[in-house]
Amino acid sequence: MSATRAPAPPTRSAAANRLRAGRPVPTLLRHLAVAAGAGLLVLAISYQLDSFRNFQLATVAAYLCATAGLTILTGLCGQLSLGHGALMATGAYTLALCQNAFADRGVTAGGVLVLSLGAAVLATVAVGALVGVAAARLRGPYLAGLTLAVAVVVPALTVTFDGVFNGEQGLAVPMAPAPASLGVYFPYERWQLWVVTVATLLCLVVLANLVRSRYGRAFRAVRDDEVAARLAGIHVARTQVIAFVVSAASAGLGGALLAVLAQSVSPGAFGLTLSLFLLMAVVIGGLGRLAGAVWGAVLLVALPDLTHTVTDLFTLSPAAAQRLEGNLPLAIFGCTLIVVMIAAPGGVQGLVSRLAGALPARWRRHRP
Amino acid sequence: MRPMARRGLAIATTLTLLASSVACGSDDGPGSGQPVPGVTDTEIVVGTHMPLTGPASAGYSKIAPATKAYFDYVNANGGVHGRKITYKIMDDGYNPANTQQVVRQLVLQDKVFAILNGLGTPTHTGVLDFLHSNRVPDLFVASGSRSWDQPERYPNTFGFNPDYTVEGKILAHHVQTDLPGRKVCFLGQDDDFGRDSLVGVEKVLGADAVVDRQTYVTSNTNVAPQIGAFKAAGCEVVILATVPGFTALAVGTAARLGFKPQWLVSNVGADHPTLSRQLGDAAGLLEGMIGVNYLPMQNDTADPWIQLFTKVNKEHNGDAPFDGNTVYGMAVGYLFVQVLLAAGQDLTRESLVEAVRKGGYQGPSVAPLRFSATDHSGYGGGRLSRVSGGVQGYFGPTYETDEEDGPVNEYSAPPVAPPANGVPSA
Repeated sequence: MSATRAPAPPTRSAAANRLRAGRPVPTLLRHLAVAAGAGLLVLAISYQLDSFRNFQLATVAAYLCATAGLTILTGLCGQLSLGHGALMATGAYTLALCQNAFADRGVTAGGVLVLSLGAAVLATVAVGALVGVAAARLRGPYLAGLTLAVAVVVPALTVTFDGVFNGEQGLAVPMAPAPASLGVYFPYERWQLWVVTVATLLCLVVLANLVRSRYGRAFRAVRDDEVAARLAGIHVARTQVIAFVVSAASAGLGGALLAVLAQSVSPGAFGLTLSLFLLMAVVIGGLGRLAGAVWGAVLLVALPDLTHTVTDLFTLSPAAAQRLEGNLPLAIFGCTLIVVMIAAPGGVQGLVSRLAGALPARWRRHRP
Repeated sequence: MRPMARRGLAIATTLTLLASSVACGSDDGPGSGQPVPGVTDTEIVVGTHMPLTGPASAGYSKIAPATKAYFDYVNANGGVHGRKITYKIMDDGYNPANTQQVVRQLVLQDKVFAILNGLGTPTHTGVLDFLHSNRVPDLFVASGSRSWDQPERYPNTFGFNPDYTVEGKILAHHVQTDLPGRKVCFLGQDDDFGRDSLVGVEKVLGADAVVDRQTYVTSNTNVAPQIGAFKAAGCEVVILATVPGFTALAVGTAARLGFKPQWLVSNVGADHPTLSRQLGDAAGLLEGMIGVNYLPMQNDTADPWIQLFTKVNKEHNGDAPFDGNTVYGMAVGYLFVQVLLAAGQDLTRESLVEAVRKGGYQGPSVAPLRFSATDHSGYGGGRLSRVSGGVQGYFGPTYETDEEDGPVNEYSAPPVAPPANGVPSA
């Protein structure tokens, strides 16, 4: 039995299918077109927003890699992971070590970032495969327990091997400045947003194709009924390991991108709360759908900021403000989770697609 | 054909809109006529990052409110050159990852004029490059790491505390003169704070004299292994480079293990009221603890600075419990107002940094401030304090030294008295 049971992704309405039936667009092309559109949109937005909003948008994109990977693992393949924060840390530290190694050898060209990102993904794939092999043998609470242990152990390793990871102070990530051709006063945050967006969109295209492929169908079959899946000739354990590795790779990329943004890594950024927040974010956003992962990533960045604005609005006594400051985001996140689960079990994306489905239907009814 | 044409038209329109919106965006270079961020004719906005929650919040969470209270006092007395100071305090929980976020928010969104007194070695180290590349003055960092004193690399960053190496040398000097022949051990935070301090201790005593060295991390509140190792090594003197929470933990754990060394504590972890609150009923364990300090002792009610700060605390800080952190926060506020005055009516980021580089400031401290064009570290010395009869008090002379191999000298310049109205004048 699967650890979680998400609602099946929405089937396209019959009308839409009929429209498409005439001229089928290949999945890859369709996804690439959507990604290109999203890229252009972000490009346009990046010129309209101030530096801080650009930075926040870039942070959303970085988190999106991790939430997208997690939503595939948990929503599509039915495996629960409480350890994705640790996988992000693996990616982030690999990137930091690579960038430092390049800088030490005098290689400071911007292009080496691609190599470092690649190394970060590979390292997380290795860790993900290791955890995934163990995870494929475990179910439900035992799987949660294993991944929880990963979430606790990995940040602690940075303190144990402080010669390499520099303990809680963490490592600096040397980054090349924005290309000179963009101008001297080109805001660095806008450049960061572009870099992160390109990486995230590539990751999303790969994931979206995977979801629509044979593997995606195998994931869903394993989630819904392992015995039936086995009868249909699906190698359950292998499918679960593949899901875990894919999910780990995107989490590693997300962590590496966060390190690129902050230009530093430290274990405090990848604690247990991050892993829990990631899971909450994909559940609130809508489990098993990439669009839901987008909502989740937005929430991860917007909620702490929102609560800070809210506490600023009230003139609280210093003591009360102090107590609220660190804890209010947690409380609001928890309350949002409860409200969403009661009001819209499909998450934000479930609500959106239900509304989107209901509106045209009503419109058609009203038309003579 | 019509749907095709309509779709084509829609795509074309979208592309045009996107292109025009990209073209409309402008890269704003800092022109000469541009206003200075965070400064208007009536206001100066300054920001800070502080551990209001988390492992280092004990004691430290009171620093920023005290600074703010002093600014409110100055504002009530007419401000600086007619401008009121607004102090934005952001909580980073002593987590370097949060510091990255909140400092970006302060600089990019709130557009603060300067970052003042950002607290913590591991936390502030991570934002040095960001502040430098945004040309934000980064004044009086609340830490004694030697990283702040790199005028070529970070021309806008200045420290406040005596650096941890200086402090380590002064503590080790006391061991050398008053506790010769004792077995010395060292517990430090596992970052530049602990490392810089140990460098100072070893410069005076020699590397072989420190029998056992241990480190701790703020995310692990169990120091029994470290203290157990000290007990096993037979340490008689333990030098602590610890934040208050971990000074209290070390002292409490040692008592549980029946281990009673002479404690010598870095100034950032030696405030007696803070430690007493942490230890509660076990506050008696602090008896005999030796610390370093460079600001007036919080219980010295005869000191004119303490009288001034007590008054400000009563009027503008809701009469919060008065301790070393309150004194520290207000001393930072006083120095910042001095610097703002020196920067003149025509306040810019450049004129502010230039004013600090000029140096020559005197305030509440018993030790000298060292700011110059080539020295960006803060105070250059300190005086030893001891807890006796549950009261922390100074003893012996004030010392000054450098972070290199220079000797530990006595410093005898008399302290200055505060101005009558408590606000510095140009």
